[in-house]
Amino acid sequence: MLDVRDLQKIYTGRHRNVEALRNLTFHIGAGELVCLVGPSGCGKTTLLKCMAGLLAPTGGEVRLDGSPVTGPPPGMAVVFQEYGRSLFAWMNVRDNVALPLRRKKLGKARERELVDHALEVVGLADAHRAYPWQLSGGMQQRVAIARAVAFEPKVLLMDEPFAAVDAQTRAELEDLIRRLWRELGVTVLFVTHDIDEAVYLGQRTLILSTSPTVVQEDLTIDLPDERDQLHTRSSTRFAELRAHVYEQIQRAKHHHGDREAPPADRSENLAPQTTKS
Amino acid sequence: MTRTTTTVITLVRRVLLALGLPAVLFAVWWFATAGSTDFYVPPLSTVLGRFGEVWTGERLLSDVVPSLARLAAGYLLAVVAGVGLGLVIGTSRVVRDVLEPVLELFRAIPPPVLVPVIMLFAGIGDTMKVIVIVSGCIWPILLNTVEGVRAVDEVLSDTCRSYGITGPSRLWHLTLRSASPQIITGMRQALSIAIILMVISEMFAASNGLGFTIVQFQRSFAIPEMWSGVLLLGLLGFALSLLFRFAENRVLAWYHGLRRAQRNP
Amino acid sequence: MTESGSTPVLTKTLEGAGTVPGGPGGGRSRRTPAGLVTPLRGLAGLTGLVALLEVLPRTPVVSADYLPPASRTAEALGQMLTEDAFWTALGDTLTGWGLGLAIAVVAGVVAGIVIGSVPLLRAVTASTIEFLRPIPSVALIPVAVLLYGTDLRSKLLLVVYAAFWQVLVQVLAGMQDVDPVADDTARSYRLGTWGRVRYVMWPTALPYVMTGVRLAATVALVLTITAELVIGAPGLGNQIAVAQNSGAVPRVYALVLVTGVLGVTINLMARAVERRALHWHQSIRREG
Repeated sequence: MLDVRDLQKIYTGRHRNVEALRNLTFHIGAGELVCLVGPSGCGKTTLLKCMAGLLAPTGGEVRLDGSPVTGPPPGMAVVFQEYGRSLFAWMNVRDNVALPLRRKKLGKARERELVDHALEVVGLADAHRAYPWQLSGGMQQRVAIARAVAFEPKVLLMDEPFAAVDAQTRAELEDLIRRLWRELGVTVLFVTHDIDEAVYLGQRTLILSTSPTVVQEDLTIDLPDERDQLHTRSSTRFAELRAHVYEQIQRAKHHHGDREAPPADRSENLAPQTTKS
Repeated sequence: MTRTTTTVITLVRRVLLALGLPAVLFAVWWFATAGSTDFYVPPLSTVLGRFGEVWTGERLLSDVVPSLARLAAGYLLAVVAGVGLGLVIGTSRVVRDVLEPVLELFRAIPPPVLVPVIMLFAGIGDTMKVIVIVSGCIWPILLNTVEGVRAVDEVLSDTCRSYGITGPSRLWHLTLRSASPQIITGMRQALSIAIILMVISEMFAASNGLGFTIVQFQRSFAIPEMWSGVLLLGLLGFALSLLFRFAENRVLAWYHGLRRAQRNP
Repeated sequence: MTESGSTPVLTKTLEGAGTVPGGPGGGRSRRTPAGLVTPLRGLAGLTGLVALLEVLPRTPVVSADYLPPASRTAEALGQMLTEDAFWTALGDTLTGWGLGLAIAVVAGVVAGIVIGSVPLLRAVTASTIEFLRPIPSVALIPVAVLLYGTDLRSKLLLVVYAAFWQVLVQVLAGMQDVDPVADDTARSYRLGTWGRVRYVMWPTALPYVMTGVRLAATVALVLTITAELVIGAPGLGNQIAVAQNSGAVPRVYALVLVTGVLGVTINLMARAVERRALHWHQSIRREG
């Protein structure tokens, strides 16, 4: 589905060149929900932009369904962290969601149906006429998610979408994402710096090193598929995984692509990892 | 019951506040000049009387309408050209860098000095007046458009790209709308320049128009008529700014709402 | 990136370019050009303009009678700079501008503070200000001519009328922008009206005042030149009218250029002053 191979990104500045990404290689299968976590400043956003076709990599490539990504591919939607800046302040909620659909020329009826449904599933069925700035931060991010849902993408990239909303809203939105993922069968790559979120949400978590960035560990999250904020988060397994990711991130802070990766600490109680089909 | 009373009281209060001082000033002017024998300051009653005589009959067609037509033509041309060029210049970093000092120089030239220069090319007809208005009004619109286009939010720009919103759709839904607060600011500045230039170009060289007629009155010492002309220009300026504000409140409702939301989160 | 998490999320940057994507490549900002490139490009633009003005009159497109080549304009400018009459005219223009601006600023600030600090006064005057402000200053030209002829006072009437509203409106906007928390704090410490004006309202309003002064400075120059051009009061505008009447076309262009340079200079100075005031204001606020 999504293949990232030897991806490298070097920013050329006036005085120095900065290597943000170095030799990133990973694969995301169709219908997977994968979280990407790493220490601050590790180039998560850069990676996501390369994958979204918004930024040209210096080396390596990103492939979507086998064909290389050179510009924003049609079957992909991105949800940014800065919801206040990713919505059109001059359009109401409905038009914000509908605008990307116009190009698809689906016909009025189908378009209306998609927008209605998308707003319905994110819980904004009665906010069609509101302007984004009249809504709370969490609601604004729901609009951005609804826009992505209505677009019917094959791949959904999310760049720390909940980093700027309060904790309670965040929990609701996390569950919303899990629900949408399961209902729509979409492939999701979710970038976060929050360890709990990375463990709670995904089937797999990719842990990145500090810049220049490499994949430090590809961890399968073997939590049951049915998750909820209360029970999942208080389970022993969740605590173990969380501790493991935490250790890896601490380790990652002192590790980057310049040095040879130390063997990942696979502590005994974490041993056999079930691979998802 | 009490609620309606309160509403009524608020309304009366607002009307009183809005009309109180103007009424007082009007009364002061009226009574202070009532028995005026000063040749230059005729009684307000006389001025208002002449106002009706002078500006409602033939002059409305022969002077007021041509002035307004030139104003409208020049202003609209300046808006179209200013926004169009501003979009082109604002989109390209290189073009912007090259042209900015030149444009700043043109913007800084006091627009009225263009009148004698443009008279050299365009004579003293309607064309000259329209060109004068365009060449004075275009700079604030153009430079503000450039500024607005430059400031288009990067996240929003990325959002458009990733959803495949490009070309004319992007221009309309993203660039123009996002730059509209700045464009409107430029248009507001340009409007007052346009009125100034309309009057001045007519004072300089014309055979009809508001500016021309008012100067004629002054030169022939038709003082009450002259005052009525000054009054008319004042009313015109006020009416146009009212019209502009009305349009702005419609177009920029989202922007004012956004600003309010940011101020009191 | 966590660092972007600290940016106020609701701030949609409408002024100034948006922030550049975070990450280690942050230095790749589109706003920081490689050193000298921007000024050099600007210089190229200006050079291009001069070259165009030099070449265009020599082609059939534009007659040199209307648009003299840049070199002839430069010549006329050089000649002009040696004449006393030019410097006197420049002095007259600057006098009218400076005096008019000063009166307008003082009157605007005083009126603004008085009106802005008394809510009732603000409510009563609002409609009158809204009515008087958009009245074009040039409507007063015939009045000025009748009352003062070509005297300096003619010029001042137009300049002060036009510039006054710019300052007043900005001062009022500034006084209204007072942070309610700061005002409540001041009240709770029992600061009187004057104390609140002095320590709360005025500092808040200062950047607005500076913006008003900048706008007023530009408007004042326009009206000074207009008065000279139309009424015939002595100054650069009058010089242009004289040169035009005597058919000295290159001189007209040279004078127009001078007014343009004057305008740019006033703009740059006003912006520099405004920026300093703004900077002071922000740094104070950050500490406070």
